[in-house]
Amino acid sequence: MGVLLFELALTFYFAATIIGIIELFKGSKITSRIIVLLAAFGFALHTICIVYRYVEAGHIPITDAHEATSFFAWCIVLIFFVLQIRYRVVLLSSFIMPVVFILMLLSSMLPREIKPLSPVLQSYWLGIHTVFAFLGNAAFALAFGIGVMYLVQEHYVKSKHLGGLFERLPSLQILDEINYRLIKMGFPLLTLAIITGALWAESAWGNYWDWDAREVWSLITWFIYAIVIHARLVAGWRGRRAAVLSIIGFLTILIAFFGIKLFRKGLHVFL
Amino acid sequence: MRILVVGLNHKVADIEVREKLAFDGPRLNEGLIRFKELPEVHEAVILSTCNRVELYAHVHDVEKASESIKTFLAEFHGIRRSLLDNALYMYDATDAVRHVFRVASSLDSMIVGEPQILGQIKDAFELALEKKTTGILLNKLMKKAISVAKRVRTETRIAENAVSISFAAVELARKIFTDLSKRTCLLLGAGEMAELAARHLITNGVKEVMVANRTYERACDLAREFRGRPVKFNDFIHEMFHADIVICSTGAPDYILRKNEMQKVMKERKQRQVFLIDISVPRNIDPEINGLDNVYLYNIDDLQGVVDANVFERQREAEKAEKIVAEEIETFIKWQASLDSVPTIKALREKAEEMKKEEIDRLLNRFAGLGEKEREAIEYMATALMNKLIHPPTAALKDSSEDKESLVALVRKLYGIDEE
Repeated sequence: MGVLLFELALTFYFAATIIGIIELFKGSKITSRIIVLLAAFGFALHTICIVYRYVEAGHIPITDAHEATSFFAWCIVLIFFVLQIRYRVVLLSSFIMPVVFILMLLSSMLPREIKPLSPVLQSYWLGIHTVFAFLGNAAFALAFGIGVMYLVQEHYVKSKHLGGLFERLPSLQILDEINYRLIKMGFPLLTLAIITGALWAESAWGNYWDWDAREVWSLITWFIYAIVIHARLVAGWRGRRAAVLSIIGFLTILIAFFGIKLFRKGLHVFL
Repeated sequence: MRILVVGLNHKVADIEVREKLAFDGPRLNEGLIRFKELPEVHEAVILSTCNRVELYAHVHDVEKASESIKTFLAEFHGIRRSLLDNALYMYDATDAVRHVFRVASSLDSMIVGEPQILGQIKDAFELALEKKTTGILLNKLMKKAISVAKRVRTETRIAENAVSISFAAVELARKIFTDLSKRTCLLLGAGEMAELAARHLITNGVKEVMVANRTYERACDLAREFRGRPVKFNDFIHEMFHADIVICSTGAPDYILRKNEMQKVMKERKQRQVFLIDISVPRNIDPEINGLDNVYLYNIDDLQGVVDANVFERQREAEKAEKIVAEEIETFIKWQASLDSVPTIKALREKAEEMKKEEIDRLLNRFAGLGEKEREAIEYMATALMNKLIHPPTAALKDSSEDKESLVALVRKLYGIDEE
């Protein structure tokens, strides 16, 4: 049952990705509606799938790589829909659904069986820390998508060739505004994730900070986004520079997320 | 029963001739009524805009009617007939339908895709309805023309992109700042095109306009006109700190804004986006400035490039629109043919036969035990009844010479002939 729900959600996200790519080249009102619909179905199934696993496992299902990747994708889609309420940038789906789909695909290839929870993870911090961390990172993922859109649109305006997506991309100022909003949303979440992580580490190992790889990378990410916000407020780094920084920031997150898993093992045992 | 179009447009006649033939203001009412009163004209619509004057009529004899319309035009406007003979074009039947559809869809306009013509067509039709100068044929033609135009607009991108420099500037401003109502515009110098661009920005909701000019009085005049604020020309760099859109068109022989100055401005603005439009020739703003972050500089050639690309795009869309028009002409012609009495009489008879057969079959199924004789009697009775019922409308259709089209339409409606 859980597997079926997961595969169905994956299929819907895949379809949304394909239509999203079609939308880039030959968009219309109909294609954007289909994308929203497909993504919404995928999201609904995905939500049920996560709840189902929660009930089955008896704890928050963010304890192994499969669950974490899937939950990350879920957070991205969630914030995508929250963003639509105010800004209606459906074209963003063309840039973000591929990310969601790839995350889900990775998740589907990782071992899925529910293992007994290791003693370290048996803590109320598990839910708090991970939810903060993933929501924050999801906001940054969307800021990445918006940043790419900004650079594309800016290229059209600067080069004075107003073809392609120029017509359908939102204005530079709106893209910049959304980018900043997402970073303002992600940054406190990331901060809370680091603090709750430190508190959890203290209660589990008696140490707030161990300089394990993930902690270091999170700190680097935190600094990057702190710079984005600071430079904007003080030196007016907006537009192009903000877009580039939010792209770099998200790439750092991806390294933190997947890179570490491949190269060394640290305290974040489940990943 | 034919549709006739007599008229002229910007392609065949220059403004002097168009002016003379224009039906403007109160003259339009009078002209329309007198046009309808011509004995050869059964229905009448007049479309009179600055680019075209066209008379649409429902006539029986094209030759006679066109002669009488030309004479009417010459008399009404007090011009020589010979002047008209060269200038006017004439279309009838399918060509006339095509012409009206193309005009409404803005395919015949000076700027293909411009949106005003549809409104003008609607006005012309409304006036005709008000003065009761149209009937079944032109009503259908005008309604269809309006719906074709709407179809063209929704199914093609013919009217989507700006095709004038000042509109291109507004379009770009919208892609840099979504909401112009929070933006301030600075107009440096004056000039027809710069003023036009400023005016378009104002109609599109720009919050505030500042005007700087080498002669301060001129700045004051313009500021009053735009309900803006005059500022000192020597000080314009300071004003740029809070100007989001700058339109520059001074007669200066050299750059009046250089890169290092713009850098200072951007620092002061905390890098908020700026849209610079340099319409001056020679250029007044150092083109290097476009390389700065969050500064978007367009000169007159850049804007012209945008316009050219859009015009090209429109031409491609116009081809799609022509296909839609061709499709719609076909359905219109089919409808028009149905207004003829012969096919209507035939259709009426067929419909009646069909009903008769249906009822007889149902009856015979229910009373299976009926003998041959009874069956014949029933059939005879049904046929007689049917013939009696359809005789009067058939007879009326056969010998009506007056207003035949309305009668045909009425019969088709009463007997539900077109409903499938």
